[in-house]
Amino acid sequence: MSVLVYVEQAEGKFKKSVYEAVSYAKAIADQQSTNLTAISIGNVADSELKELGKYGASKVLNVSTDQLKTFVNQAYASVIANAAEKESADVVVLSNSFSGKGLAPRIAVKLKAGLADGAVELPTTDGKFAVKKTAFSGKAFAITELTSANKVIALNPNAFGVKENATDIAIENFTADVKQSDLGAVIKEIVRATDKVSLPDAELVVSAGRGLKGPENWGMIEELANLLGAATACSKPVSDADWRPHSEHVGQTGISISPNLYIAIGISGAIQHLAGVSSSKVIVVINKDPEAPFFKVADYGIVGDAFEVVPKLIEALKAHKA
Amino acid sequence: MKILVCISNVPDTTTKITFTNDNTEFNTAGVQYIVNPYDEIALSKAIELTEGGKGTVTVINVGEASNDPTIRKALAIGADDAVRVNAAPRDAYFVAKQIAEYAKDKDFDIILTGRESIDYNGNQVAAMVGEFLDIPSISIIKKLTVDGDSATLEREIEGGKEVVTVSGKFVASCAEGVAEPKIPNMRGIMSARTKPLNVIEAVSIEEVSKVTKYETPAPRGQVKLVSADQTEQLISLLHSEAKVI
Repeated sequence: MSVLVYVEQAEGKFKKSVYEAVSYAKAIADQQSTNLTAISIGNVADSELKELGKYGASKVLNVSTDQLKTFVNQAYASVIANAAEKESADVVVLSNSFSGKGLAPRIAVKLKAGLADGAVELPTTDGKFAVKKTAFSGKAFAITELTSANKVIALNPNAFGVKENATDIAIENFTADVKQSDLGAVIKEIVRATDKVSLPDAELVVSAGRGLKGPENWGMIEELANLLGAATACSKPVSDADWRPHSEHVGQTGISISPNLYIAIGISGAIQHLAGVSSSKVIVVINKDPEAPFFKVADYGIVGDAFEVVPKLIEALKAHKA
Repeated sequence: MKILVCISNVPDTTTKITFTNDNTEFNTAGVQYIVNPYDEIALSKAIELTEGGKGTVTVINVGEASNDPTIRKALAIGADDAVRVNAAPRDAYFVAKQIAEYAKDKDFDIILTGRESIDYNGNQVAAMVGEFLDIPSISIIKKLTVDGDSATLEREIEGGKEVVTVSGKFVASCAEGVAEPKIPNMRGIMSARTKPLNVIEAVSIEEVSKVTKYETPAPRGQVKLVSADQTEQLISLLHSEAKVI
């Protein structure tokens, strides 16, 4: 019995969400009085792999085969399932990232395992292994019991936090046989906007809606986001009107996020929008309509016109930082 | 080209979610059901790809007879025929297994789903079907173009996108951007009544998960309002009280 955590790398580096997954997996290993092993696929330097020890991994399996340099969920799932079998791991943890979402279900089928995706808390220890996960697009949580012998958990970013737990870590090279048919999907190009904070992992998010009146008015939203080191987001009508890209649409039919701070500007707070952001830790609402439903679920609010309030907020923030 | 589209029957997006029976069951009283919005995008794309006699679109749903109106809606949008696997959809693993069992000897070129269902937010079925059938699966795609036997897909990643090519059969889960959702017209609605909806029995598989209870998010306290002239007060509250900046 042991716990295996898949540590997803992007350009040879691990992100905070990976350290969260390692911290979470370590807590499960502690619950079960067993060890935590990590598995990394792709080109990652030893110094970066060693970082995983800080969060409690005592071993990392390093798969650096050339044909697995870029992500192919079918092949990666084979390698991870193979590692789980070799390590006798009955719990596999990974981040519920875009890649994780394509990977976890394939691992679950290979291991005949129940899968809790969008997990937000540790499993219960009452002999039932029940995991709290988001459901109904943030309107509720489902406590899901994984009844199979093997279990797979995909952890939501920003749900558990990073917990240091320094452990001596051993790096082992791991080779797994990959079938040619597992490499059917081939990545031709990867486009990454490196100057922007990625929305799903963002700790701070500045979001704006129809109250902004047009795409030409997003300058102040971006300025505020830049000052905070925040990602930008928007409501559905805004992405539907192509004022902003679909990847920024948060809400029931967009993406669900749970940042530490969500600032909603000129968004009234329709139930579908609230669904995607209600698990944010702190919500600030700026809206000129005091009756906007968003104020009912906000922690802080300013009733006022975005075009007056946001520039003042930017000034106040600059003064605060100075 | 033969395309299979997997659809879920989900509560309308405006539904206020509540639970009954000591929070162990979803309260279906008064709930309107719809085709899962992402599955509608997948279906619209499938119709676009097969229009003008270029192929056929079959929709599949795992559910009980109460789902039939939702399946007829998918037929009205433009699917050629439908299959319902007659069983309560226990979890994604169960649903994916049923779909794979149906699809394994039907020679579908492409299997599409929505990126997730808006009830359980699974995101699991597409990749599980891919695994059961041992074919590639690409999750959360924003774009799909098909050229003969090969396809090019754009997949969302954190802060960007990946362009992926695949030849031969594959499964993909569709997000916004793949296609404009089609709205059924009168002819579609009329013809949907007579299009084939075949009901098949489920295969039995071992249980791997079950929902034991639901919770709703804890309500927030009263909102603290700050005057529009005192934005510095908001900054100071976020810094010293909420400790988020």
